[in-house]
Amino acid sequence: MKYYTYFPGCSCSHGGAKAYGWSTQAVSKILAMELIELEDWNCCGSTPYNSIDELASFCLSARNLALAEKRGFDLVTPCSSCYVMLNRTNSHLKEYPQVKAKVDEALAAGNLEYGGTVRARHLLDVLINDIGYDEISSKVERNLSGLKVAPYYGCQIVRPRLGFDHPEFPQSLDKLIASLGGEPVPFPLKSRCCGGALIISEETLVLDLIRKLLDCAVSNGAECLVTVCPLCQTNLDAYQSRVNKRYKTNFSLPILFFTQLMGLAFGLSDEDLGLKTNIVSSKEVLAQCL
Amino acid sequence: MEKKTRTNTFVEEISAVPGGEGIRLCIQCGTCTASCPSADRMEHTPSQLIAMVRAGMREEVLSSNAMWYCLSCYLCTVRCPRGIKLTDLMHAFEGIAVREHLSHGRTLTPAMYRSFSDFVYSLGSLPEVGFMAWFYLLTNPLRALRMLPVVLSLLKHRRLSIRARRLTPEGTKQLKAILDKAESLGGVA
Repeated sequence: MKYYTYFPGCSCSHGGAKAYGWSTQAVSKILAMELIELEDWNCCGSTPYNSIDELASFCLSARNLALAEKRGFDLVTPCSSCYVMLNRTNSHLKEYPQVKAKVDEALAAGNLEYGGTVRARHLLDVLINDIGYDEISSKVERNLSGLKVAPYYGCQIVRPRLGFDHPEFPQSLDKLIASLGGEPVPFPLKSRCCGGALIISEETLVLDLIRKLLDCAVSNGAECLVTVCPLCQTNLDAYQSRVNKRYKTNFSLPILFFTQLMGLAFGLSDEDLGLKTNIVSSKEVLAQCL
Repeated sequence: MEKKTRTNTFVEEISAVPGGEGIRLCIQCGTCTASCPSADRMEHTPSQLIAMVRAGMREEVLSSNAMWYCLSCYLCTVRCPRGIKLTDLMHAFEGIAVREHLSHGRTLTPAMYRSFSDFVYSLGSLPEVGFMAWFYLLTNPLRALRMLPVVLSLLKHRRLSIRARRLTPEGTKQLKAILDKAESLGGVA
């Protein structure tokens, strides 16, 4: 059994990506990983807080890191935005003494200390590097029989250079899909941005980015697309109908969390994986191969 | 003489912000602008912003809409041949613009970020429904109507929960103390 401190983030715990949280836990059990949720964690603040008040946003993450430090395990999150914020905080604390001094002072106001020792990792990193493709492959019970999957990384899992995969042409998710029996299709836009939270304030800009991603996936033969980020999934899934309306297209591309695809291959049920919460139905596409 | 002083001051101010120290290294190659997914919406492109900082155009930079279109995708940052952390620069501009209440009326993003941050400050978590409703109410309630189909499909698929996650009372108090202290320390620089 491998132990980790688990940081679900708002989307995967109480927000729109609960299915990502459920499928993460379900898949972890099969792979003998114990994800123990960090007690009383707070929101990472994401890009919005970082833009409005950078020091306060580092303090948001520093509180979580300080709480995690008491446990001693790696801090694992399935959310790319939480991942980037936790890592940005760690690297700013190391690189800039004036930031560290201020964050320490703020933490002290809450009787906390952070020594800078917690490694913040994305779930995908943990799965491929601590568990490994062979172990994952050995748990496959259902043959995905060459299901064509677009591996979508988005931006904040690989950028800025956070270490575990290439910042523009990553491969880890491609290999994971292959180890499950699926076929990763070539996907040139695999690490391009989905537009993130600006879907709310700048909808036309972001719909255009989503359209390009869907178009790229479909024209490369994808039958579905998997994501490693709750916001990417929500943008591509929930706004697909808006894209169709605006650009007179008829995309109907199921958008799954990568843990949902893993769970399917491991033989888990629809309910365990929350597949019914996905807006574009995956029923037809998955029926062909399961 | 006066102009020269002004120029130096703004470059120095930005260089002192963590992540802004590389601004003097820019060779104006334009890789950042060519890589940016939203450069065509910006009043000034990323490379122009750097040139403007070095020309001392403080107000023009800080009151523009440009940095508010940054998606924080970090493509410019990993591609810059001079190692300039452009995403950090955008955050530096945003932070100063917020602190000085500089107008940026040509994009709704600052208002969206503000309502997001206000919820996180008060609750320690982000209730997605409340945040979106509040933002639309503050800015353009009519746009909320256009979003109704998306909201309904999210509801139908049990993707929206009204209840916010709450921290323990001790956790809430602790987080408030930390954030209030942070605010009194006057930013990262």
